[in-house]
Amino acid sequence: MEGENKTTGKVAGIIANLVIVEVDGPVGQNEICFIQHPESNLMAEVIKIIGDNAYVQVFESTRGLKVGTNVEFEGHLLESTLGPGILSRNYDGLQNDLDKMEGVFLKRGDYTDPLNREVKWDWTPIVKVGDVVKAGDWLGEVPENGMPHKIMVPFKFKGKFTVKSITAAGSFTVDDETAVLTDEEGNDVTTTMVQKWPVKIAVKSYKEKPRPFKMFETGVRAMDTLNPIAEGGTGFIPGPFGTGKTVLQHAISKYAEADIVIIAACGERANEVVEIFTEFPELDDPRTGRKLIERTTIIANTSNMPVAAREASVYTAMTLGEYYRTMGLKVLLMADSTSRWAQALREMSNRLEELPGPDAFPMDLTAVISSFYARAGIVYLNNGESGSITFIGTVSPAGGNLKEPVTESTRKSARCFYGLNQARADSKRYPAIDPIDSYSKYLEYPEIVESLGEKLGDSWIENVLKTKNILLRGKEAMEQINILGDDGVPLEFHKRFWNSELIDGVILQQDSFDEIDAYCPLDRQKLMLELVLDITDKDFSFGMFEDVSTFYKKITNILKQMNYSELDSDKFSTYHGELDSMINERLN
Amino acid sequence: METLAFQKIYTKIKNITKATITIEADNIGYDEMALVDGRMAQVVKISKSEVVLQVFAGTEGISTNAEVVFLGNPPQLKVGEQLAGRFFNAFGDPIDGGPNVEGRTVEIGGPSVNPVRRKQPSQLIATGIAGIDLNNSLVTGQKIPFFADPDQPYNQVMANVALRAEADKIILGGMGLSNDDYLYFKNLFTNAGALDRIISFVNTTEDPPVERLLIPDMSLTSAEYFAVEKNEKVLVLLTDMTLFADALSIVSNRMDQIPSKDSMPGSLYSDLARIYEKAVQFPEGGSITIIAVTTLNGGDITHAIPDNTGYITEGQLFLRNDSDIGKVIVDPFRSLSRLKQLVIGKQTREDHPQVMNAAIRLYADAANAKTKQDNGFDLTDYDERTLEFAREYSLQILAIDINIDTEKMLDVTWGLFSKFFEREEVVVRQEFVDKYWVKN
Repeated sequence: MEGENKTTGKVAGIIANLVIVEVDGPVGQNEICFIQHPESNLMAEVIKIIGDNAYVQVFESTRGLKVGTNVEFEGHLLESTLGPGILSRNYDGLQNDLDKMEGVFLKRGDYTDPLNREVKWDWTPIVKVGDVVKAGDWLGEVPENGMPHKIMVPFKFKGKFTVKSITAAGSFTVDDETAVLTDEEGNDVTTTMVQKWPVKIAVKSYKEKPRPFKMFETGVRAMDTLNPIAEGGTGFIPGPFGTGKTVLQHAISKYAEADIVIIAACGERANEVVEIFTEFPELDDPRTGRKLIERTTIIANTSNMPVAAREASVYTAMTLGEYYRTMGLKVLLMADSTSRWAQALREMSNRLEELPGPDAFPMDLTAVISSFYARAGIVYLNNGESGSITFIGTVSPAGGNLKEPVTESTRKSARCFYGLNQARADSKRYPAIDPIDSYSKYLEYPEIVESLGEKLGDSWIENVLKTKNILLRGKEAMEQINILGDDGVPLEFHKRFWNSELIDGVILQQDSFDEIDAYCPLDRQKLMLELVLDITDKDFSFGMFEDVSTFYKKITNILKQMNYSELDSDKFSTYHGELDSMINERLN
Repeated sequence: METLAFQKIYTKIKNITKATITIEADNIGYDEMALVDGRMAQVVKISKSEVVLQVFAGTEGISTNAEVVFLGNPPQLKVGEQLAGRFFNAFGDPIDGGPNVEGRTVEIGGPSVNPVRRKQPSQLIATGIAGIDLNNSLVTGQKIPFFADPDQPYNQVMANVALRAEADKIILGGMGLSNDDYLYFKNLFTNAGALDRIISFVNTTEDPPVERLLIPDMSLTSAEYFAVEKNEKVLVLLTDMTLFADALSIVSNRMDQIPSKDSMPGSLYSDLARIYEKAVQFPEGGSITIIAVTTLNGGDITHAIPDNTGYITEGQLFLRNDSDIGKVIVDPFRSLSRLKQLVIGKQTREDHPQVMNAAIRLYADAANAKTKQDNGFDLTDYDERTLEFAREYSLQILAIDINIDTEKMLDVTWGLFSKFFEREEVVVRQEFVDKYWVKN
């Protein structure tokens, strides 16, 4: 552990943020070190060791760094600090609290404490003296933004412990003693509300990880209705630039049924992060009535921040997610964008002069991505409760080409695919999720199908499949119309096409900037889908093909107005009535 | 930059490549500047006592006994009010025959703004060009490029935008600018009486290409001075970023780096992001807005340069020659301003977002009708109407020679809706239709 005899070294070479250090003692792969630049200490991580030379990636700019500078190794990996007070914080990729930093510009080597050490928390013990506990077990809890924040046996603790003493209920800082635990050999250890965990290693302090078995509601129709993601599931959103990846991600993080939302802004635009900073404190969580920011933590490693920290940022976010999952909470983790993370890996691999894989990405890219996605999931804790991390990552495929390495690697790991389509985005059909190409593997899980049936009625899955079929047939009909001309196909083709347009306009398209349409709860999704499918079942008679489009445009318009209106409002029922009479008129 | 008397002079160069020299030297800082035979150079690699220097102007004619002097600092610029109205080269030295600038010395390419110290951009930049203001409204603190083919009038449009934008300072970063274009900007700014608001850092096609790499940092460092210290609204014009990226690939190639897509360095995304992310709105009122130009090769936006740019910038503006009306228009399909949501319908009229979307949807319908027409199919009455609408819309809204205010743009668009369509065909919120539909 952190002994007195730290390994030290001296800088021997510098190429951008890759620094070669000559060391005088043992060093570990991925060990953290500090380079003692006269201006400030620079944090770095060992990524390769050749003899006495440790190759370290520096999380900061190396400008002005000189050969011969002293380096001190810390004896541990990059760690997150876990404890109450993480929610509504804005961290950088290394979990520095951005709000604690002084000045407008980021100063290099400015490392700030992720937790507040002064604030007192209302502690309630859960265990009793004599209880036997192990890593991840709940010792007590403190309320954090209205959420029960469990104080756990540190994840690093190995084996069984007996509770020797437990602090009585009261008000304490994070560093105060919470319990004294005795290990199997009779040694006593004191715990506080704080623990540390190496970010690149998965937290496994739970009993088992079952297959995901229930759906996770996001409030986005094109996802929930057509291709639902499971609680504890994984999904990814690839899309060329300008197809609305970030807007969709923000929409999901606003309205999804999560207790905790962790957003890793990984190598993306700073203004997008500012949008979250600005909006989330204003927006209400539709489920709890509290502000959205209270359940949210943001890891902001924007594209202009150092590249190596970008790689760390997704791991930091995942570790925070695992921490809250072990408290029995539902965590939603969003990473925007995993491509930037992969590019950070590429930059380092390049500086290390490794033999490159496809598009100069490192050869182990697929393995790195899949072991990261594997950290998501729903788990049963030691006490039988469950917690989950649902993970959705975006991918920014180079040139919009889905055959590039990052998209292909991710496709092998993520179970839901929400492909954003350029043509849909061009014609402002948002969200631009392609209804034909996208999929959710969870629709093939019998346990998910069953839970959907319980929640939404037995006919639900049938309706979903029917909807997909109408969309597919509509696309085929449109291709025929384009080849043969409006007159060259039977009227039936026009009806098929317009049925799919109806679903597109009313179900798939959703206005995330409209106060009401932005969030569509599941019962409302069910209502609208049934309403629309009912129309597609009707046997309307049309004289000529132009009548089809005219009629369908009119009813689409009315149904859209319904999407914009409060459910159960007069406005909604007026439109509903209008719709019914228009349909009946056409049937007679 | 003058050398100081006590500095050590090295005269034993070990290796020389096309762009770099290697020399034995101690106590040298990474990124430090040096003079190699009087040419500016920068430290790009240090290995023990071996220092590799990138010589900006190239190494032609440098001999192994040439004098190398280290300047002890990274690239710097003197900032102050005196920058206004002046023209500089990539090293920040005057090229207009004027005196050296007096001021504080700052390192260029400095640290990033802490994201929590930024303010959300919220101030509309009105340009009068409807293809921009109506469909792709710009906001202070935004970064947006023109994606244009080399034959399109991007520099003219950009200059127009700059002059109408009511910025306190306009900073021109010219990379690989032809001498003609340089003079075009110079004359335009002079004639507009705007010279005292303009600062230019120019690398023309006559200068060594690698020097271009310093232009964006020079421009943005001076922008930061005016935006942070003077709370000014600064507009930075960077043209042409494709030539900047080409210079990056030259350097990475000469440093034996493994190229990724399109022979570009693997770090292209980070290199471009570092520049574009300098665009910022400060809470105190100062702002840096970046309008750039990325020239395309035959309209190919999947090339690594426009592709990476698109992921970094907050949208992009496409110019297209519309043969139906014989004018250059701002393409409504491929253009996008990501920050427009922050201002449209808020600083502009309430119906702006819906009108914008409805018009583009109808314009898309027209494009489909045109495909049908081109394939020899009969057009429906609706198709005919969309085509007529599209033509008028191009002429009265999208063309780059339009100069009207947003209110007028909305009224014109409602006028076109009413002229060619039925109310339910435009799919706009009912209350707006009731309010703005032009009754014939």
